[in-house]
Amino acid sequence: MKVSYYPGCSLHATGKEYDQSMKSVSSALGIELQEVDDWSCCGASSAHSTNFDLSIALSARNLISAEKNALDVMVPCAACFNRFKMAEHHLKADKELKTKIEDVVGAKYQGGIAIRNPIDIIYNEIGIDTLIAKIVKPLTGLKPVSYYGCLLLRPPEVCEFENYENPFMMDKMMDAIGADVKNWSYKTDCCGGSLAISKTSIVVDMCDKLMSAAKEAGANCVVTACPLCMANLDMRPSSKLKLPVFYFTELIALAMGLAGSKETFKSHIFNPQPLLKKLQLI
Amino acid sequence: METFLEQVNKEIHGVPLQACYHCRKCTAGCPTAQHMEYNPNKVIKMIQNGKREQVLNSKTIWLCLSCETCITRCPNQVDIARMMDVLRQMAIESGVGAKEKNVLKFHEAFLAGIKRGGRINEPMMMAEYKLKSLDLFSDVLLAPGMFMKGKLSLLSPRTKDIKSVKDIFEKTKHS
Repeated sequence: MKVSYYPGCSLHATGKEYDQSMKSVSSALGIELQEVDDWSCCGASSAHSTNFDLSIALSARNLISAEKNALDVMVPCAACFNRFKMAEHHLKADKELKTKIEDVVGAKYQGGIAIRNPIDIIYNEIGIDTLIAKIVKPLTGLKPVSYYGCLLLRPPEVCEFENYENPFMMDKMMDAIGADVKNWSYKTDCCGGSLAISKTSIVVDMCDKLMSAAKEAGANCVVTACPLCMANLDMRPSSKLKLPVFYFTELIALAMGLAGSKETFKSHIFNPQPLLKKLQLI
Repeated sequence: METFLEQVNKEIHGVPLQACYHCRKCTAGCPTAQHMEYNPNKVIKMIQNGKREQVLNSKTIWLCLSCETCITRCPNQVDIARMMDVLRQMAIESGVGAKEKNVLKFHEAFLAGIKRGGRINEPMMMAEYKLKSLDLFSDVLLAPGMFMKGKLSLLSPRTKDIKSVKDIFEKTKHS
């Protein structure tokens, strides 16, 4: 299948491992990516926290650009995904707003393409059976908890994510690649990403709570699909509570034995390589 | 003259705050309620009682993470997360400003970054935030490691049609 690809700012900087692994996994699973032409930032929490029209217009600019490809758009960053879905929701529900935003952006919004996150695309379009067939090295000994966070899931009528209070798609994928995925009650709790820089002390407590819960569940790592959760959980927890954190695509790439799959682990802040070496996975 | 409650309802553009029957599920699920001086449910009560100044001057509206847990669990679909956005915007537009100054300074630095390059260049954005907030020393120990690992780059690609981005800022500017 072919989709438009909106990497967003994080995937070119702090979240580059997500971009790299997403591209190699997509290629190996037969998903062709066409980057959205001359994309700009989605506005993230700073736009919607301070100026509603700006937040919708910044996302609309990208959605309108993506419409030129006439393909569904894959949005790996949970924050960008959330802002795009939110803009789509408001633009479709409020004609007056749509007219105003089209005037601001200087182009028409059609609303004809689907905004999709890669968990949904890999699980629902490619399927678990195809994934299993491509595994060359099951990740035996790896015990992740799946961490979905907020922005992929909420609000549910906007994000349309299956089982938003107890999601399972990432868990099933981890199971498919041979990891012993642990169950826990914190799959959808917030890590505090939006205040990580301006109210760090509150956020350290939130990350510590998540890491303690992951350890209590018997996990030896955390797996995520959001570059903000990743940066936060990789850097903020107290040192005695830290666990390696992975993007789900990094682990899929490793299990599929893809070229370059061992490289992305080198740029994590909390080094996951000792764990992977101990388990003889790298 | 419109009451504070009517003003907030108009901006939320959804279920009116009168639909709240104060079950406090919003507050039970809020990850930062313990740090707020008024919890999310209390803010709804204060708006209903016309406590405009106290609400707009509160830390609460700036400590909301926009995690959307409140609206997800509200039995009456009251959009509390959107309400917090509306209150922050009102605080800025009415000149009250932000009780949690650094939170707003971060947002300003972030938006200035988009306006400058179309995309966020993280080192430039962080430098701008640090100058605005004078919070110069936190996280400085993380920066060299991040540069070394190639996570921060001073020369990230920008949006080519930057005028179209600047126009969006211009046309949506608060009057």
